[in-house]
Amino acid sequence: MLKIVTAVIGRDLKLAMRRQADIVSALFFFIIVVSLFPLGVGPEPDLLRKLAPGVLWVAALLATMLSLPRLFADDHRDGTLEQLALAPHPLGLVVTGKVIAHWLVSGLPLALIAPVLGIQFDLSADALLVLTGAILLGTPALSGIGAIGAALTLGLRGGGVLLSLLVLPLYIPVLIFGAGAVDATVTGLGGEGHLSLLAALTFASLGFAPWASAAALKIALE
Amino acid sequence: MLEADNLECVRGERRLFAGLGFRLEAGELLYLQGKNGAGKTSLLRMLIGLLPPEAGEIRWRGKSIRTLADEFRADLCYLGHLNAIKEELTPLENLLAAARLADEALSEDEALDALEQVGLAGREDLACKYLSQGQKRRVALARLVKEKRPLWILDEPFVALDVAAVDWLAGIISGHLQRGGLAVMTTHQLVNIPAGKVRELRIA
Repeated sequence: MLKIVTAVIGRDLKLAMRRQADIVSALFFFIIVVSLFPLGVGPEPDLLRKLAPGVLWVAALLATMLSLPRLFADDHRDGTLEQLALAPHPLGLVVTGKVIAHWLVSGLPLALIAPVLGIQFDLSADALLVLTGAILLGTPALSGIGAIGAALTLGLRGGGVLLSLLVLPLYIPVLIFGAGAVDATVTGLGGEGHLSLLAALTFASLGFAPWASAAALKIALE
Repeated sequence: MLEADNLECVRGERRLFAGLGFRLEAGELLYLQGKNGAGKTSLLRMLIGLLPPEAGEIRWRGKSIRTLADEFRADLCYLGHLNAIKEELTPLENLLAAARLADEALSEDEALDALEQVGLAGREDLACKYLSQGQKRRVALARLVKEKRPLWILDEPFVALDVAAVDWLAGIISGHLQRGGLAVMTTHQLVNIPAGKVRELRIA
């Protein structure tokens, strides 16, 4: 069971390494969007500190959205998805592997670069730490929920816009608790509660989303 | 071994066929024939379980393929219109990745041997995007060389192949039938398969 998940992760990571432009462009999108705010708002540390959690999280959601349409589309176009569906394993395990691989190439880099970007907003060391933790904990949920949307819009024309309309509202809880954790740390309340809820969201979505996506993929393959 | 009973296929508003049935035993090959749009590919997709039939049932070794699920798919090898190869990977990586994902044991030496047999020796380390259409098809067909699964379902396997490759593939399919395998395929060019019992089914 674990073998198929690791096989999918290995293959997807290898493919991502051959197509680095995709990873790099989403990462630079994140960096640029976040960096525009301090430039636009001006040097007001109090205001920037207040804005930081929301801006970083909204940018993270949008950067994740960028890579979602291709999650299944490439496999669908070249027929690999059919073969994956015909492998003697439940399709949900294959999707689990794809979601983990997607997180490794889209969510993880965001979490690693976020503390550097946070400095532009004059966040304290504590807040930067919580920010990194929150993005680490929350982005797997973004990949999981995103996979459902990507599977539902597979093969549709103009699926990209529909995907955003479908998925972004579902990202709201992650946004609220993710930004809330950093906010609470900045104001001195402590972000543990928010982080626990974020972890709960991630585990729930990683358990549920692959099977929902698999059901949607089967319909797309009919 | 493989039985189809009273199958009905509806695509959109149109009924493509109804009351279709056949029985295929070990060592037999079924040629599906019919005009473009007659429903050949739809029938194949029903046989592999991706398209649920409107009515009727498909049985493998006496049990419905719906209840067998993973067990049925472990006996199945399907080759569709699409090559299912990744342009960024080399032929060798493609073959090994496909085997791993399908849970088949394939060593690197076996994979290299298969690629040599399909005439891709010397190109196993070249990304597939630099290969021609026919060569990509050969990468996809290389899977069949070491394939031990009993049921092969092939959708237009001879498309984009040159004469020598067509003969080679006919030989591979014969070998499979001789080992007691089953094959169902669609094709517009009738190719002589020397071994096994050949049956034909025409979808009107």
